[in-house]
Amino acid sequence: MCLPAIIFFAVFAYLPMPGLYLAFVNFDYSLGIFKSAFVGFDNFRFLVMTGDLWKLTFNTIAYNIAFIILGNILQIAVAIMLNELRNKWFKKISQTLMFLPHFISAVLVGLLAYNILSYDYGILNSFLKMIGMDPVETYSNPAIWPYIIVITFLWQSTGYGSIVYFAAIMGLDKSILEAAEIDGANAFQRIRYIIIPYLKPTFIILLLFSLGGVLKGNFGLFYNLVGANNTMLYPTTDIIETYVFRTLMTNFNFSLGSAVSLYQSILGLFIVLTANWIVKKVSPENSLF
Amino acid sequence: MENSARRNIDFSTIMVRLIGYGFIGLFALCCLLPFVLILSSSLTSERAIMESGFSLWPKEFSTFAYEIVFKNPRLVIGSYMVTMIITVVGTAVGLFIVAMTGYALQRQDFLYRNKISFYIYFTTLFSGGLVPFYLLITQYLHLKDNYLAVLLPGLLSPFLIIMMKAFVKSIPHEITESAKMDGAGDFTIFLRIILPMTTPALATIGLFIALGYWNEWYNSMLFLSPNMEYRPLQLFLYNVITSADFIRNSAASANVTPQDIPLESMKMATAIVATGPVILFYPFVQKYFIQGITVGAVKG
Repeated sequence: MCLPAIIFFAVFAYLPMPGLYLAFVNFDYSLGIFKSAFVGFDNFRFLVMTGDLWKLTFNTIAYNIAFIILGNILQIAVAIMLNELRNKWFKKISQTLMFLPHFISAVLVGLLAYNILSYDYGILNSFLKMIGMDPVETYSNPAIWPYIIVITFLWQSTGYGSIVYFAAIMGLDKSILEAAEIDGANAFQRIRYIIIPYLKPTFIILLLFSLGGVLKGNFGLFYNLVGANNTMLYPTTDIIETYVFRTLMTNFNFSLGSAVSLYQSILGLFIVLTANWIVKKVSPENSLF
Repeated sequence: MENSARRNIDFSTIMVRLIGYGFIGLFALCCLLPFVLILSSSLTSERAIMESGFSLWPKEFSTFAYEIVFKNPRLVIGSYMVTMIITVVGTAVGLFIVAMTGYALQRQDFLYRNKISFYIYFTTLFSGGLVPFYLLITQYLHLKDNYLAVLLPGLLSPFLIIMMKAFVKSIPHEITESAKMDGAGDFTIFLRIILPMTTPALATIGLFIALGYWNEWYNSMLFLSPNMEYRPLQLFLYNVITSADFIRNSAASANVTPQDIPLESMKMATAIVATGPVILFYPFVQKYFIQGITVGAVKG
């Protein structure tokens, strides 16, 4: 009964793996992967010398760490607040709305951002003009993009992600909270000393899980927000996956793209193994393998 | 309950609730407004957009953009058909395989379950990356410009199989045992007992797969070239947004003179046409997603 799945992963996941040999050759389309000239580590040397590898690694990891840390903090905050609210109707509607951005395609997210940020028509610049300030050139200003990307990510993922924490709070024994109240704990103290410590294990597990993906980008988000050919923004918005995509679709440099992918896979594997090793120390029953 | 709550209410509780209502309300509003902005922009005349930009309320109401989109609905309908067929077929086939695999992998009497689990899980740890994957699809499987290139890679994911495994595990082992005693084969047990008992799980996982296909755009962009007439919905939308030529062509076939083409509002109108129906559908399926995330989070 596992056979279809075994075949599926063999074809779509394992079969491409030998293709990573591309990273060590100078790929010639007419010769194919295994007959192209072997160049050893030249592709990697090139990536290091141009500084691309460092920039991509930094951007990818920095974005992911911001996503993970800020994302989890906001999700916990939203879950705790939702738990404090008493109006069922308000709770239900706001949860539905917060969940909505997760439900749409990356393409539409890109268009939503354009509606707000576009230099000529964007609502941000209309607003700035209205209050008498100068409009900003968003799409050519690399410095503000880390904020735009992180905010968009938070916008899209908070409602969805808070559900896990909300479910955890629901599982908290209500008598503990009541006892604390009788002992005179106020609402802040209940949150600070009971609810937050109670969420800590969930937080740690999710944190370690997401560490495994720290080298995997969020291609759709970056590509659709930044646009395909906006070279001006590359210094702050280029991540491993957008770079690899470009080597393939615009520069046709298959070997360079594979070299970056191989680097990503190996470093990623190393990070997962480390994260798993830490989980085993912290809470053995939650380790991945 | 209302009484006891009122009795204990103190200043800090009021503060926390005030912050809660304020923050959650504001955040929820931020999640809604961009959609309102698109809807409003699609209903604004191009002139008003050119003069004062997009706004939350149409400055000058116009349905012209929609008229053009619907005057030549062939491409939109074609895109809908492609996406719908891919979604339905992909979800049905994928769901069946995911369920089968998840069921088999949690059976304690299945000897290779750990090995196969790791075989599947390992693909999330290490992969060949985009370039070899691209060459595989285009050079070896010859699926360029073939809808199968979009359909096949999205069928299963390790995450969904692990989720299914966790779901099936909650069914008491004795039920399968007793069915076996009564002489049912493994496949009969799966079809007649497991599948009906895991309907909520199937609904959840099915929705995950379906949403993935509906919003799919990456593989479409990689493997379906622009000269294909009918593109999946999201790729169609992507082309409309990024290429003015694309809009000009479809407006030309609707007999609109070039200088009258409402470029900006047509982008928004197409986005509404492509997304609207799904968003209307969304409040009804939301609870299944919540179920799915909660179960998936418990333990893999």
